Amino acid sequence: MTEERFSPLHQRHLGLGASFTDFAGWMMPVRYSSDLAEHHAVRAAAGLFDLSHMGEILVLGPEASDALDYALAGKLSAIAIGQAKYSLLLARDGGIVDDLVVYRTGQDRYLVVANASNREAVASELRDRSSPFDCEVQDESDDIALIAVQGPRALEILREVPGVHVADLEDLKYYWSATGHFGEHALLVARTGYTGEDGFELYLAPEAAPALWDALLETGAGSGLVPAGLASRDTLRLEAGMPLYGHELGLETLPVQAGLGRVVNLKKEGDFVGRGAVEAGPDEGARVLVGLAAAGRRAGRAGYVVFDSESEVGIITSGALSPTLGHPVAMAYVDPASAEAGTELLIDVRGTRVPATVVSLPFYKREAI
Amino acid sequence: MADKTTLQYTAEHEWVLVDGDVATVGITAYAAEKLGDVVFVDLPGAGDTVASGKVVGEIESTKSVGELFAPVDGEIVESNQAVVDAPELVNSDPFGEGWLIKVKFASLPVLLTFAEYSALVGE
Repeated sequence: MTEERFSPLHQRHLGLGASFTDFAGWMMPVRYSSDLAEHHAVRAAAGLFDLSHMGEILVLGPEASDALDYALAGKLSAIAIGQAKYSLLLARDGGIVDDLVVYRTGQDRYLVVANASNREAVASELRDRSSPFDCEVQDESDDIALIAVQGPRALEILREVPGVHVADLEDLKYYWSATGHFGEHALLVARTGYTGEDGFELYLAPEAAPALWDALLETGAGSGLVPAGLASRDTLRLEAGMPLYGHELGLETLPVQAGLGRVVNLKKEGDFVGRGAVEAGPDEGARVLVGLAAAGRRAGRAGYVVFDSESEVGIITSGALSPTLGHPVAMAYVDPASAEAGTELLIDVRGTRVPATVVSLPFYKREAI
Repeated sequence: MADKTTLQYTAEHEWVLVDGDVATVGITAYAAEKLGDVVFVDLPGAGDTVASGKVVGEIESTKSVGELFAPVDGEIVESNQAVVDAPELVNSDPFGEGWLIKVKFASLPVLLTFAEYSALVGE
C-alpha cells in the first residue's frame, strides 16, 4: 500500500465538513452532508465534484492519431479537434484494461482521461503501444486537477463565474471541449460527465483549483449548486446506466458483453490491440450486462446472486435504491437466455428472494433540452 | 432526544437506554453518519425473541447495508414503525425519534459507557 494521496482541494473538503473514503489510494469526499440531497441537487439544479484523482495522460506528436488508433478500440483519428470520445483500452485477449474519455485538443495532441485505479496501467500500455509511432506519452495526472459541475443549471452557473473565460460556452456541444482561461491559468472545459445530466468537466493546474472551486460554489449558491461526493456520483451514474470500472468492466469482460460493442470500431483500417479477440467474440453463453428493476425498498447490491425460477443465472455488479425513481435498480451480468427485457428474475437479498424484472438501460434519461 | 452521556453503548455502534426491565435500542450518530442516508429499515416484530449479539434487523443506506444486533437477550416489546415508514429519522435524530427497538430483558450484560464508546470511535 502506497501513501495516501490528497486532492489539491483537500482543505476545501475539510472546510465543508466532508466525510472521506479511500478511492484507489486517494482520500476523496464520499459526501458533504447527505448522499440523497447531493444526488437530488444534481438532478434538479447542479452539483460540484472534485475528480482530481483521475488520471490524465497526454499523447502528442505527428503520429499521435495513428498510435491511438492502434492502442485503443475506437478510431481517434476520426474525431475533430475539440471533440471528445468515449473509448476502451483493450488487452490482447479483448478484456477491458480501462474505459477512457479521449479529448482531441490539437491536430497532434490528445488528452486521455483514465480511472484513478488504472492510471499507471493506462500510461504504461500507451507507452508500449505507441513506441513504434512518432509520438510521446506523458502522464500529467499530478499536474492536472479536475472539477466537474453537473446538472441542468450547470451552464448558467459556469458562464457567470468570475474569471472564467471560454468563448461561446453556450454553443459547446455534448462531448466537445474548448480551451479558455481561469484568471491567468489555462482551462480545458469539456461538456462531458458521469451523472446523466448536462454539465462540464474543468481541467486546470492544481494550484488554481481551490480558487475555481470557491468561485463556482459562490456563483452557484443561488442556483442550488452544492458540493457532491462520490456516493452521489455512484448512484447518479448507476441510474444513467453508465458502467464503472471494477464493477461492470474488467479484464474478464469483452466489450460486447458490457453492451459496449459500439465503442469498438471494427471498420477502422489496420490492426488494434484486442481486435482479433473482439472479432472472435465471447464464448457461447457468455453473460451479458442487463438492467434490473425491482419493487419495494430492498436493493440488490454488488455480488448478490440472480436466479430464474430454478437456478442461478447471474450476478449483480452495482445496485442501489434509486433516489430518483424510488425503487431498487441494479446492473447485473446474466446468462443470455435471461437477458431479454421483461424477463422476470429473482435477486437473493441476503437470503430473501426479491422479484426483479430485466429492463433496458439506462434507468434514467434526462429530458431533451 | 436522550442524553448521550448517560446512555450505554455496544461495540456494534448501538446505544441502549435502560428503563426498568426494558432497553430502548438505536444506532449512534457515528454509525448513521458512516452509513449515509438510510433508505430502508427492517426490524423484528413485537413478541420476537432475540439473543444478545445476534442480527435482528437491517439498516440500509443508498451505499451500504448495516446490521442491527440485539444488545441483550430478551423479547421485543415494540419496534419503531415511524422509522420503518420514514427511515431518514435514523439520520436526522438517531438518539431520539430514530430509535429502533424496545427489548424486555431479564439481565443486562456489561455495556460500554459514553466515555468508552467515544474512545472506541475516536471522538
